[in-house]
Amino acid sequence: MTDLTKLTIAEAEQGLKTKAFSAPELTQAYLDKMAACRKLNAFVCETPETALAQAEASQNKINRGEGGELEGIPLGIKDLFCTKGIPTTACSNILKGFVPPYESTVTSRLLAAGASFVGKLNMDEFAMGGSNETSAFGPVINPWSKDVPLVSGGSSGGSAAAVAAEMCAGATGTDTGGSIRQPAAYCGVTGIKPTYGRCSRYGIIAFASSLDQAGPIAKDARDCALMLKVMAGYDAKDSTSAQMPVPDFEKCIGADIKGLKIGVPQEFRADGLDSEVAAYWDKAAAMLKARGAEIVDISLPHTKYALATYYIIAPAEASSNLARYDGLRYGNRVDGRHLEDMYVNSRTAGFGKEVKRRIMIGTYVLSAGYYDAYYVKAQKVRRLIRDDFAKAFEQCDVILTPTAPTAAFPIGDQSMLKNPITMWLNDIFTVSVSLAGLPAMSLPIGLNAAGLPLGMQLIGRAFDEETVFKAAAALEKEAGFRGGK
Amino acid sequence: MAVDAETVKKIAALSKLSLEEDKVAAVEDEFNKILGWIEQLKEVDTQNVKALISVNEGNLRTRADEVTEGNIADEILANAPAKEYGYFAVPKVVE
Repeated sequence: MTDLTKLTIAEAEQGLKTKAFSAPELTQAYLDKMAACRKLNAFVCETPETALAQAEASQNKINRGEGGELEGIPLGIKDLFCTKGIPTTACSNILKGFVPPYESTVTSRLLAAGASFVGKLNMDEFAMGGSNETSAFGPVINPWSKDVPLVSGGSSGGSAAAVAAEMCAGATGTDTGGSIRQPAAYCGVTGIKPTYGRCSRYGIIAFASSLDQAGPIAKDARDCALMLKVMAGYDAKDSTSAQMPVPDFEKCIGADIKGLKIGVPQEFRADGLDSEVAAYWDKAAAMLKARGAEIVDISLPHTKYALATYYIIAPAEASSNLARYDGLRYGNRVDGRHLEDMYVNSRTAGFGKEVKRRIMIGTYVLSAGYYDAYYVKAQKVRRLIRDDFAKAFEQCDVILTPTAPTAAFPIGDQSMLKNPITMWLNDIFTVSVSLAGLPAMSLPIGLNAAGLPLGMQLIGRAFDEETVFKAAAALEKEAGFRGGK
Repeated sequence: MAVDAETVKKIAALSKLSLEEDKVAAVEDEFNKILGWIEQLKEVDTQNVKALISVNEGNLRTRADEVTEGNIADEILANAPAKEYGYFAVPKVVE
């Protein structure tokens, strides 16, 4: 039998339908791979029994000629999604031992479509980080590492690494400032952050509620389309969930892109952009042009303020969201002399350094006397950033940029650990898109001289994931790089 | 706007986090670096710009104020570190 873990979701679905192999066989192949790749630290909780039981149920459905859109497909779930009866910790000590009594909307939809869950994936604590090094479970090792262990990126580092190492057919991720796209780029796989409001946030542990969005990470654009179609859709349980029909994204794969206008923002050619990344960016534009697209120079003048804006808004929302961790209702409790003491002791022991840093920044920018100077100011700049994109989309249909300024870097990089701003700069190309709430995909474009994958980002208009998928599939075909290590 | 040690301690207290005395200086230094970097936003003219609270502004729905679920006290308490008589248990607050 061929190596089942090499198959894309679309290929696996075909094989299951034609009975080339069974759902339990497919799941077992991924479980074996998961066990063999434990040293990568991609999974923080393995659920082989549940996965095999789900696969058996799927096989029964397939045998009856029934089954959903992802019937029998083994997926990994980022530890930020509440999964009923399966520990969910956001990779934080403060949620140690938490077992959700309910299922998130996104994972409910995946289960209803027939997917099986092989385990929960490692991530930066509360999704705050860009290298997976803030996880209470330790960093994920990028499967592309050679002599030195490299970061997987973050915060969905476990998701990207697990898909790259073929430990699951696809994975869920979440993206607040680049947390799907950047790890996908570092690990040579494909991921899409859909438009804000596309996927319900119900049951996803909150970080920054005006930015958080779920999305898939998979081997290619088609698999992302298959997963997103299931994950997306209106949900009454999330007041920001969009009442919009969900298109059949898969139909966009292989579509003609003749005449499509591709915007290239010159401001993104900032100092410090790696020369190989810049060269691949030009190459990607040329590839799209070769398929009939038109390249248009665009300007996004306020995007250079996106990071500073983000690092006011996201910590502000986080400090508010994380106020709920009090050692009282769930998670880790450290007793004290009185109630206040218990709150402080539980939070001080439970949160990691980066999370504490962001809670404190958020508390400061929201405090009396600074609210207008920081928080309201950032919200005003956020509008200017969003308006920049609206203007750019008068001239083009989709925007092409690199996903990250460099390839994956070594775990424990001192310059990043010493200065948080250096680490935050890795999100320079992704953060503005999050602030504008737009859909954006990262796909692998090729390897740099050191043999590490680089990613390109395609940004679309709000609720126009279809154009993103069209352009991504065309670029993917031209680049000839298939995800997976 | 630079912060001093007193402000750092106040912010930690508001955040319900304890900060050891010997760590205050380091946090103060880091805070000032971050706030100094954020200062760049001052360059942006936002005089006639309205704050953008969320990208889907104006589209927030309301729903009828009805009970949609209930009688799940056991589920709600299932993860509590301490519980008694069907309630969350806290350290003694009244002497």
